[in-house]
Amino acid sequence: MDFSVVVEYFPRLLEGAWVSVQLVALSVVLGALVALPIALARISQNWWIKGFPYAYIFFFRGTPLLVQIFLVYYGASQFDVVRESILWPILREPYWCAIIAFTLNTSAYTAEIFRGAIQAIPEGEVEACKVVGMTKAQMYRRVLLPRAFGIVLPAYGNEIILMLKGSALASTITILDLTGMARTIIARTYTPIEIFLAAGGIYLVISMVIIAIFRQVEKRQNRYLGTVSIKVPDKG
Amino acid sequence: MIDLHGFGDQLLQGALITVELAMASLAVGLVLGLLGAAAKLSSIAPLRWLATIYTTIVRGIPELLTVLIIYFGATIVLMAIASQFGYDDYIEVGPFAAGVTALGLTFGAYATEVFRGALQSIPKGQHEAATALGMGAFRKFQRIILPQVWRVALPGLGNLFLVLLKDTALVSIVGLDDIMRKANIAVSSTKQPFLFYATAAVMYLLLTIISMVVVTWLEKRASRGMRRG
Repeated sequence: MDFSVVVEYFPRLLEGAWVSVQLVALSVVLGALVALPIALARISQNWWIKGFPYAYIFFFRGTPLLVQIFLVYYGASQFDVVRESILWPILREPYWCAIIAFTLNTSAYTAEIFRGAIQAIPEGEVEACKVVGMTKAQMYRRVLLPRAFGIVLPAYGNEIILMLKGSALASTITILDLTGMARTIIARTYTPIEIFLAAGGIYLVISMVIIAIFRQVEKRQNRYLGTVSIKVPDKG
Repeated sequence: MIDLHGFGDQLLQGALITVELAMASLAVGLVLGLLGAAAKLSSIAPLRWLATIYTTIVRGIPELLTVLIIYFGATIVLMAIASQFGYDDYIEVGPFAAGVTALGLTFGAYATEVFRGALQSIPKGQHEAATALGMGAFRKFQRIILPQVWRVALPGLGNLFLVLLKDTALVSIVGLDDIMRKANIAVSSTKQPFLFYATAAVMYLLLTIISMVVVTWLEKRASRGMRRG
């Protein structure tokens, strides 16, 4: 094995890593925004309201991310309506297709995490809100959502790491993310082991940074709890 | 009715390959998971380190990268080893073998944590009672520990299997003729990407539903002795 190729191509790999980080950051932020209304609708007792989020979550968690990316990138172009619409300049670009697919995918997982967190808040707190005369909106804004934020953090950190690993699939629709860049370099140098291991090392470092950041935020958010730790239901 | 342009049979054959790949990886992964958990709970420090390195690395890098590393790397490594023994012909590692190895390694790394938690959840008294009855280490594990570990670990393993089932789609990228690649082939000849990828999605959903039903049944079966709790 010859690791001098790794040194030679390291700047290119870092370029790819930057694309991966962008993809993850954008889709995680957008995904959280999409997830919140879905989680709130999913909690509803009314079947007409929770039916759609139920199907949405089931579809995006039950099919491979690869299928979802291909559906957005290749699938949308089957319809002339899409190709003639004003959205076509966006749906033509692999980068935006990856963002759309990742956002939809992560929003389904995140919605389940949010739902678990909201439902993990003790009934007594909800009752206390009602007793002091808060409206439903006030209760969510002042008590439930801030509380859920603290509970959600560990599981949410995991979801971001899963998204980072899922982002490698962007390379299948010609995006030069970390994996895509590694494959391009290998096509030129024929050194798969060295370059793939280097890429794997960079992924490991990125996930460790994410874990460290979340540990800090968690400490800050849950400082009022002292040393008590909170249990969050595992994600499916 | 939806017209699949005669590719229906092909997709079903792909589904068979997907299921075979998932089951083979599951078998490899369960063995690796039990070994990993045993190593993590071992009193021998190097074994614990080895297991920790294994789970950290495999869980930290993308599954796609693991598949690519095994597929392209295994040939090179195997040929290097074989040439030490004087065998210089080309050795090819097929996509199925590479897929089973990569997905088995991934499943094993996550299953290590599930099994570790389950092993630790068994009260010390159970171990002591088995020893008091005169059971040896192997018999104790087989008769007392494993059935209980199985019950505790099943929900976690069920979730991991659903993840594994979806990860099988990645092996299509190195050329395994599973659902995904059959769909790719159908798309390139019919130019109807939405139709075939949506069909593939539905097939994965069906496989997911079937797996969920089986896991629920297994869970019920495994906790027969607990029902009157």
